[in-house]
Amino acid sequence: MPERAPDAPGAVVGKLPAEPLLEVSDLRVNYGAVAAVRGVYLSVAAGEVVALLGANGAGKSTLLRTVSGLTRPRAGRILLDGHAIHRLPPARIVRLGVAHCPEGRRVFGTLTVAENLRLGAAARADRAGVAADRDRIYAMFPVLGERMTQPAGTLSGGEQQMLALGRALMARPRVLLLDEPSLGLAPLLVRQIFRTLAELKADGVTMLLVEQNINLALDLADRAYVLRTGEVSLAGSAADLKADYEAVAAAYLGARP
Amino acid sequence: MSLELYITQQIINAISLGSLYALVAIGLSMIFGILRMTNFAHGDMMMVGGYTTLVLQTLGLDFGWAVIVGIALGGLAGVIVERVAYRPVRGAPEVTLLLTSLAVTYILENLGILIFTSSGRNFPLPDWMNSAFQLFDGQITFTQINLLTVGLTAVALGTLGWFVTRTDLGLGMRAAAEDMGAAHLVGLDVNRLIVAAFAIASAFAGLAGILWAAQAGVVEPTMGFTPLLKAFVGAIIGGFGSIAGALLGGYLLGALEVFIVAFLPSEVSPYRDAIVFTLLIAFLLFRPNGVLKRVQEVKL
Amino acid sequence: MSRKQSFLIVAAGLALPALFSIWAPALMNDYFVRVLTVMCINALLVISLGLANGFTGVFSLGHVGFVAVGAYVSGVLSLTDANKANYLPDLPAWIAAIHLEFLPSTLVAGVVCVVLAFLVGAPLMRLSGHFVSVATLGFLIIVNVVLVNSDTYTRGARTFTGVPLQTTLPWAMGWLLLGLVVLARIIYSPKGRAWRAVREDTIAAQAVGIAVLPTRLSAFVIGSFFAGVGGSLYGHYIGSFSPASFYFAYTFSLISMLVIGGMRSLTGAVVGVVVVSLLSELLRNLERGFDIGIVSVPPLYGSSQIVLGVIFILIMIFRPSGVMGDLELSLGRIAALIHRGGKETKT
Repeated sequence: MPERAPDAPGAVVGKLPAEPLLEVSDLRVNYGAVAAVRGVYLSVAAGEVVALLGANGAGKSTLLRTVSGLTRPRAGRILLDGHAIHRLPPARIVRLGVAHCPEGRRVFGTLTVAENLRLGAAARADRAGVAADRDRIYAMFPVLGERMTQPAGTLSGGEQQMLALGRALMARPRVLLLDEPSLGLAPLLVRQIFRTLAELKADGVTMLLVEQNINLALDLADRAYVLRTGEVSLAGSAADLKADYEAVAAAYLGARP
Repeated sequence: MSLELYITQQIINAISLGSLYALVAIGLSMIFGILRMTNFAHGDMMMVGGYTTLVLQTLGLDFGWAVIVGIALGGLAGVIVERVAYRPVRGAPEVTLLLTSLAVTYILENLGILIFTSSGRNFPLPDWMNSAFQLFDGQITFTQINLLTVGLTAVALGTLGWFVTRTDLGLGMRAAAEDMGAAHLVGLDVNRLIVAAFAIASAFAGLAGILWAAQAGVVEPTMGFTPLLKAFVGAIIGGFGSIAGALLGGYLLGALEVFIVAFLPSEVSPYRDAIVFTLLIAFLLFRPNGVLKRVQEVKL
Repeated sequence: MSRKQSFLIVAAGLALPALFSIWAPALMNDYFVRVLTVMCINALLVISLGLANGFTGVFSLGHVGFVAVGAYVSGVLSLTDANKANYLPDLPAWIAAIHLEFLPSTLVAGVVCVVLAFLVGAPLMRLSGHFVSVATLGFLIIVNVVLVNSDTYTRGARTFTGVPLQTTLPWAMGWLLLGLVVLARIIYSPKGRAWRAVREDTIAAQAVGIAVLPTRLSAFVIGSFFAGVGGSLYGHYIGSFSPASFYFAYTFSLISMLVIGGMRSLTGAVVGVVVVSLLSELLRNLERGFDIGIVSVPPLYGSSQIVLGVIFILIMIFRPSGVMGDLELSLGRIAALIHRGGKETKT
């Protein structure tokens, strides 16, 4: 049975590791005058895939942007492997091992595919490792290899998503933040992307995934949180949430089950 | 003089003038591309370059070295201005940035007046620079200064091209100019990129100032004001924010100015600047993205 | 407060400065009267400059172009026939025949600027952000070039002189008060609130049906009317000028007054004029060099401008809304303060 959101921090939710890789405590983020995130607790263990679900405007993207440093929180903490990162500039956070694959992909359209990938490793200094990772990504996404010298803006939506994913992976992140990877893509491409994500998960990549497609998200994830108007309204293992559709719907919409 | 020879001479003049505008326009576009600000103080880097070279020569330094130091100091001046005046207001509304740059140019020009007085100083050139190549029985003059202008501009452009396409810093600058947010996300050190942009842009302006002083023969504190505005027009015509556009626009403007004076009736010549700025307004209204078609558009 | 009371307060608020300006020459020496006159003219120019920006987000760098037009138009129209023959011998007969008194020539200057502003503003107000600023700067330059080249009407780059010195403190103060009343009525009316909405968020404003272009154009045109008037006042104050008098230096001077005092209120504009004028005077005196004990500071000409520029930048960094910020010192508020003060002393 999925449990309702805990009122106090530290409450056990599903199967929780002793020391999470990424830990968010009582995070409060404002967007101008509006409180977008109002006291969120969540954690991600190494090797886990955690899904972040919720309706539009629930604060999911804001949460991700705060983790990667694009937005400053008003209060609360974000710890990466025990290290506080919520006041650091984005470049530092990337160097510490957080990569963000943003909503809408945001590839550099005037630059080539190869240049985009190179930029993904902007914060890294190990040339050999970068080269090896680059080859691995071309192996994972052959179509990128075909279009290596083309401007990224000429790629299709699905190809751009692969490029964005590849670019994020070029940072060899310890935690991969994914914001709506299925957005705007045809179902076939979406399944392809999620197959790739499953492969990455099998490789041991830790992910925090924001996704509108609940089924695909829960298939991939180990655990999930549902956000509503900036707060966690439901949390539990993915299996439990999949089994109790009504509870998830209620958590989305706010009706009492 | 035959028409072809006259046109050839005017082409030489146009290339000479256009090079200067292109150098300044490229810097303006670079700064706009990465910071979305119009840097009115850019023209004063010309003054820095010009005066530095002047002073160093009067102190006995060789012309070549004086030019190199002048360019370097121009670049340094831009970096200092960015750090002191622009970085504290980064993220403020566009108008604030524009006004701040107006204040900076006001300060710099008055500083120039304070140190050097408002009258011009003669810009010394080494003796070998004062000659010219006479072609076609002296009907076409190609001066050493023309040669210097074209030569140094070519070197500068070549260096920039290599830098932008082949170095990591150049790649980072291109990325940041396209999407600053995504640049943060991939972990680029944006501050470093901005400093680099200012250094290059201001160094180019310094070089332009030196060449301008060589062509005009004088250096004075307000020398950068009008060329800056003209370069701005050129950058807009070519497509603001794009280096290629600035290059094209600078030369187009140089050609236009020379054309107005050389081929239109003499009553029109004094209105040359008015025509140029009417053209600016026309472009802003009807073709804000310049003559080149670009992948991404400047929001107007 | 009843309507009658507020009307009386406004009337008093206007009458006091007006009376003061008439008696001033008797109360203080000529130097101060002249300083005050210039301040009034500048204040009129600054509040009209601030109108378009503060309330629609468009910062016009071409304001001084209208000032120039106002000065020259009114100047040409008020020259005596003798002066016209001397300085502008080639003037077309129909213009040469016109000779206007101070008020009519000022009004004509204002109207000419209004027409010009319509022509210039209609296309330009569609642009956004700093592209408008750049385009209006282009306008300033075009005006300058045209003035320099219209020898028959303007004596070109040479000094245009012979304008009768008709701007006295009462005139300057009077026009300033008129400008304040008109602008205050506009800004604090429901329509004015709409204008301020345009500045805050253009897209949201359009969404609620406020038309952006007519709003901006109206602000631009009204501002230019007072710029023309101010130009006439300035011309008739200083008597002789040239196109260079109305170029970048004057533009920056006005902008710094607006920015330092505060772009968001009328009081801010006036405060800015006072602060910058006093500061400039003080700094100019120091420019000539002074002694502090055993240390002797040599003359540093131009340093007053540099200090002004530095202050400008500091304001941009630390207090972009200027000295006054968002505050507006209205007559109503002053009256309320007096009212409250009176009540307290009674108890």
